[in-house]
Amino acid sequence: MLLATETVNFPLLSALVILPAIGAGVVALIPSRRAATARNVGVLFSLGTLALVVYLVIQFQIHPEFASGGANALDHANGFQFIDRVVWLKQWGISWHLGVDGISLWLVALTALLVPIALLGAPVKSDPKSFAGWILLLEFGCLGGFLALDLFVFFVMFELVLAPMYFLIVGWGGPDRRPAAMKFFLYTMFGSAFMLVAMIALVVLNSHSTGHTTFDLIALANSPGVANTTARWLFLGFAIAFAVKMPLFPLHTWLPDTYTEAPTAGSIIVAGVMAKLGAYGFLRFGVYLFPEAADYFGPLMVTLGVIGILYGAVMAAMQKDLKRVVAYSSVAHLGFIALGVFAITKISITGAVVQMVNHGIIIAALFLLVWFIETRRGTRLFTGLGGMQKKAPVLAGLFILFTFASIGLPGLNGFVGEFMIMVGSFATRRWWAVVAASGVILAAVYLLWAFQQTFHGTPDPDEAVEHDLKFSEVAILAPLVVLIFLIGLYPRPVLDRIEPSVQNLQSHVEKRIGVQHEAPPGAVRVSHQTSDDTSKGEEHR
Amino acid sequence: MTIDPTMTTAATTLAAQSTPTLVHAVWLIPALPIAAFVVLVACGRRLGEPFAGWLAVVGMAGAFVASVLTWIGLKQMPGDERAFEQNLFTWIGAGTFHVDLGFLVDPLSVTMSLFVTFVATIIFIYSIGYMKGDPDFSKFFVYLSFFAFSMLILVNGSSLLVTFLGWEGVGAASWFLIGFWFQDDANASAGKKAFITNRVGDWGFLVAMFFTFLAFGTFNYTEIFANVGPVASTTISAIVIFLFLGAIGKSAQLPLYLWLPDAMAGPTPVSALMHAATMVTAGVYLLVRVNPLIAASDPWVGTTIAIVGALTALFAATVAIAQRDIKKVLAYSTVSQLGYMVMAVGSGAYVAGIFHMVTHAFFKALLFLGAGAVIRGMNSEQDMTWYGKLWKFFPITGATFIVAWLAIAGIPPFSGFWSKGDILGMAWHKSPILWAIGALTALLTAYYMTREVVLVFFGQRRWTELEPTAVDADTADAHAEHPTVDANGNPLPTGPGAPHHVEHGAPVQPTEAPAVMTIPLVVLAVGATVLGILNLPFGDRFAVLEHWLEPSVHLGESTWHIPAATEWGLEIAVVVLSVIGIAGAYFVYQRLTTTRDEQLRYEPEILMNSWYYDLGISAFMGGPVRRASHWLATTFEWVVIDGAVVGTARLLSAGADRTRRVQTGHVRNYALGLTAGAALLLLFVLYRASF
Repeated sequence: MLLATETVNFPLLSALVILPAIGAGVVALIPSRRAATARNVGVLFSLGTLALVVYLVIQFQIHPEFASGGANALDHANGFQFIDRVVWLKQWGISWHLGVDGISLWLVALTALLVPIALLGAPVKSDPKSFAGWILLLEFGCLGGFLALDLFVFFVMFELVLAPMYFLIVGWGGPDRRPAAMKFFLYTMFGSAFMLVAMIALVVLNSHSTGHTTFDLIALANSPGVANTTARWLFLGFAIAFAVKMPLFPLHTWLPDTYTEAPTAGSIIVAGVMAKLGAYGFLRFGVYLFPEAADYFGPLMVTLGVIGILYGAVMAAMQKDLKRVVAYSSVAHLGFIALGVFAITKISITGAVVQMVNHGIIIAALFLLVWFIETRRGTRLFTGLGGMQKKAPVLAGLFILFTFASIGLPGLNGFVGEFMIMVGSFATRRWWAVVAASGVILAAVYLLWAFQQTFHGTPDPDEAVEHDLKFSEVAILAPLVVLIFLIGLYPRPVLDRIEPSVQNLQSHVEKRIGVQHEAPPGAVRVSHQTSDDTSKGEEHR
Repeated sequence: MTIDPTMTTAATTLAAQSTPTLVHAVWLIPALPIAAFVVLVACGRRLGEPFAGWLAVVGMAGAFVASVLTWIGLKQMPGDERAFEQNLFTWIGAGTFHVDLGFLVDPLSVTMSLFVTFVATIIFIYSIGYMKGDPDFSKFFVYLSFFAFSMLILVNGSSLLVTFLGWEGVGAASWFLIGFWFQDDANASAGKKAFITNRVGDWGFLVAMFFTFLAFGTFNYTEIFANVGPVASTTISAIVIFLFLGAIGKSAQLPLYLWLPDAMAGPTPVSALMHAATMVTAGVYLLVRVNPLIAASDPWVGTTIAIVGALTALFAATVAIAQRDIKKVLAYSTVSQLGYMVMAVGSGAYVAGIFHMVTHAFFKALLFLGAGAVIRGMNSEQDMTWYGKLWKFFPITGATFIVAWLAIAGIPPFSGFWSKGDILGMAWHKSPILWAIGALTALLTAYYMTREVVLVFFGQRRWTELEPTAVDADTADAHAEHPTVDANGNPLPTGPGAPHHVEHGAPVQPTEAPAVMTIPLVVLAVGATVLGILNLPFGDRFAVLEHWLEPSVHLGESTWHIPAATEWGLEIAVVVLSVIGIAGAYFVYQRLTTTRDEQLRYEPEILMNSWYYDLGISAFMGGPVRRASHWLATTFEWVVIDGAVVGTARLLSAGADRTRRVQTGHVRNYALGLTAGAALLLLFVLYRASF
C-alpha cells in the first residue's frame, strides 16, 4: 500500500549500481597479458557510471511532491525517487528495492566521481587489471549501499565492500599492509555482526507484532512494531556497525593503519566514500529507522563525535607521516558529521550531508597530493620532506588550497557543511557545538604545521631535481578544485536538493517522537537561563 | 533554476529607483582588487616587474575611486536614511537558514573603505620599490591584492557571515604574507602563529554567530539591529563577549596579541598594511559595527572591553620602551594604540575609536614605511643600536618619520593629538582610572617613540661607513648594498629586501630610498599632519566625523558631551605628560648614553622579553601540552583505546584460540567467501530481475 511497484521505466538506479559490477566482470575476463587494456576498460566503466549519475542528478526532482514523474518513479509519501523494486524472496519480504533522495543523491554522485579519479590519479604498476576489477567491485558495493531501501540489500552491499578493500590493501598496500588489512577486516566484520543480529531481530519482532515479514526500510520505518526500549537495543546494534565504518571514536584505531597502508586509490575510496556508508547509515538506518532511540542516544553520539573532533586533531598533530596526518584529520571531520546527524535539527543534518560530500572531495584531493609528493620525494615522513614549495609551486598551491578547504575557510566548501552543522546543532546541543567549534583552531594547527614541514624551509640542495605537477595530474585534480569553489561560494544547487529530503526526515522523526524537536530559529528570542527574560520576550511579541 | 536570484535582482532594481545610482558602485570596491588578483594569478609572472605591481596598484586605486563614488552616492541620501544594501546572490540557503552575499553601505563602512583603500594604494606603490628584485615580485602583489580584497569584504559585508568571510580571508592572506620568505623557517612559523592565534579569536566569532542565529534567526546586521529590543540582555551580552574574543584575536589585544610582534617577519610593506589599514583594525571595526548590540548588552560587557583595551595599551607601551628592533617597537606600539581604540569602544566612544583608527592608519603606515626605507638603506640591519645619526643620509624619510613621531606622541596640531584626546575624554567619563591608564600610556608612547627617533636619526653614530673606494661607481645606486648573490656567486633564494643574515656592525653605505618609496611617505605625512580636521573639538560645526558617522552609531554612541573646561584640562595634562616622555627619552638617549651597553641599563630585561608572557606560553605549549599530546598519541591511543576495543572484541568472540586461528590466514578465505557469496547473490538478483 505504501509503494507502487514501477517497472515500466528504465531502471536507472539498478543500471548504475550494476554497471560497475559488470565492468569488474569484463575486466576479469580480459587476459592478464593485456593488463593496460583491462585498466582502460575499467576506467571506461567507471566513466560510464559517472555519466549515468550525471543524468540522474539532472533528472532529479527538487520538489518531488510537485512533480508528475515522467522518467522518474516517485514515492511521494517518503520523498524517494527513481524507485526500482523487484520482489525477490517473497516469503521473507526481501526485495531488490532501490531509491534515491536528496540525502543519497550527492553521495552517489561523490562515489561516481571519485572512482575514476582514483583509478586515473593513482595508477599501480603491478597487476593493474585486478586492481581495476577490485575498485569497480568496491564502487558497486558503495553505490548499492547508498541506494538500497531494503535492509537485506543494504547489509549485503555494506559487507560486500570489505572484500575488495581487503584485497586492495593486501595486494597493493604499503610495507605493513598485512596486519593493517587484517585489522580492518576483523574490525568491520565484527561491527557488522551486531548489525546483522539487530536487523534480523527487528524483522522478526516486527513480524510478530504486525504479522507482516518485511526487510523493507520504508515499511519498517513507518511500522509501530517495536517498543521503544527494544528499539534502543536494536539501534545500538546498527550503531556499532556504523561507528566502526565511519569511524567514530573510540572505534577508530583501524583507521590510521588502513588509510595509510592502503594504496592511494584505495585510501581515496575508503576515506572518501566507504566512511560515508557509516555516516549515511546513521541517518538512514539510525535516525530514520529508530527516531526515538537516535534521540535517546543523541547525547552519547554527539559526545563521541565531539571527542573525535578534538582527539583526531591532537592525533593528527602528533604524526610523523604526512599521510597519517591526513588520515587522522578524517576522524576529526567525521566527528562533525556525527554531531550534525545526532543533533537532529534540519540545519545540522543538511550540514552533515554536505559535509559528507565535502569531506570526500577534500580527503580524496589530499590523498592524491600526498601521493604526488611521495612519488617525487620517495617518502612521506616529515624528516625527508621540506622546502618543496620553491621547486613545485603548483603542487604547493593546490595543497594549500585543499588545506584551507579542510580547515573550513569560508568561501571554500568545507566551511558550508561544518558551519551549518554547528549552527544547527547549537539549537539542541549547545555546548557540544561550542566545543566542536574549537576544532577549527586545531585543524589549522595540524594542517598548517604539516604544510610547513613539507613545503617551507630551504630546499635540500642534494635532492634530485623535483618536477612540479604534470598537466595530467593537475587535470585529475581540476574537477575537485572546481567543486570546492562551487560548493563554497554557491552551494544552492546542492542544498536545494538535500533540504526537502531532510525536511521529510525531520517530519518523520517528529511524527514518531511526537514532539516538535527543534524550535524554529528566531522564535527563541530569549535566553533560556532566566524566566524573567522569557516573560519579557513574550510581552514584546 | 531557483526563484530567489531573480527576486534579489528585482529588489535591487526597486531599490535603484529610490537610491542614488552611485552607491551601487559598492560591489566594485572588493571586485577590483580581486580582479587584479585573478589577472596576477593567471599571468603575473609574465607581466613581471614592475608591471605586475602597477596592475595591483591600479586595482587598488580603482577600489579607492569606487569608494569615493559610493561615498558621494551616500552623501546624496538624506542624513538619517544613509544605508543601502546590495545583495549579489544567496550564498547559503536551506529553509530558515538563509545568508545573502551582500554589502551594506552606510557611513561607517564607507569611512572604512575610503581610508583602507587609500592607505593600501599608497603602500602598494611603495612596495614596487621595496620589493624590487625579489624573485617572487609578482606573487607578492597576488597576496597583497587578496589581502586588500578580504579586508574590503569584511568592511562592506551586510551580515556577520559575510564579514566572517573577509575576516578569515584576511587571516589566510596574512599567513601567506608573513611567511612570504618561507625559506627561513622562523618566518614560516611566524605566519603560522598569526593564523592560529587569530583562529582562537575566530572560535569566539563562530560561537557569537551561533548565539546570534538562535536569538535572531539571521546574520544580517540590519535585521539584527531592528530586533534587538525583545532579546534578553544576557543573550546579547554573550554575543558581544564572544565577538569581542574575535576582536581580541584580530586586533591583537591581551591575551592574544602574541602574533602581532612576530608578524613583522613579513616584508615591511606587509607590516605597514597589516598594522595600519587592514587586519588589525578589523576587530575594532567589528565592535563598532555591532554597537547597537553593545548598547543593549549588560553594563559589565562595555566595562570589560574598556579594561582589556586599557590594559593592553599600557602593557604594550611598557614593552615597546625596551625593544631594539626598529619594527618591533612599532609593532608593540600598534598593539598599544589598538588598546586605545578598544578602550574607546568599551567607553561607548565609537566615533573617537574610528577617528583614531583613521589617523593611526596614516601615521603608523608612515612609521613602518619609513622604517622599511631605513632598513633597506642600512643593508637589512634592523637593530636600532647599530644605527644613529642617520638624519643626513635619509632626509625625506627622516622628515616624514618625525611628522609621524609627533602625531603618535600626541603633539598638537598633528592628527594623533586630536583623536587620542577624544578617546581619553570619553574614557574619563567612563572612569578616571581608565583615563589615568590612558594618560600614562601616552607618556610611555612619547618616550618610546622619541627613543626610536633618537636612536635612528640622532644621537651617536654606531655604525661604520663603507669606504667610498670599496663602492664601485655604478653600483653605488640604490641597490648597491643589497647582495643578490651569496659569497659563492649563487643567487640568493630571496630578493634584496629579504632579511638575509645580517652581520651586525658590517660597514654600510646608508642610502635614501628612491622616489617610488619616498613620495608615498610624503603623502602619508600630509595625512598624518592634517587629518585632525576630521573631528575638531571646537564645537558642533567642526565635529564632521561625528555627524557623518551618526546614522551608524547613534544607537550605541555615548551621549555624554564633555564640558569644554574639563576637555581642555585633560588635553593639556596629556600634552604635558607627552612632553615629559619626549624629554625623558631625549635626555636618556641623546645625552646620557652613548654606547649600547649604557643604553641597556635603561631597558629592563623583563620588558625586553614582554613580561615573559610569550616565552611562558611557548614553554607551556612546547612542554606540558606537547608531552600530554604525545602521551595521547602513543600510550593512550594504542594501549588504552586500541587495547580496550580489541580486548573487548576478543572477549566477545567465541574464544581466544579461535580468534587466533582466524588471524592466521583464514581472513583471506573469509574475504574470498564473501566475494563469492556476493557474486552468487548478484547473479541471482539479475536472474530474478530479468524475468
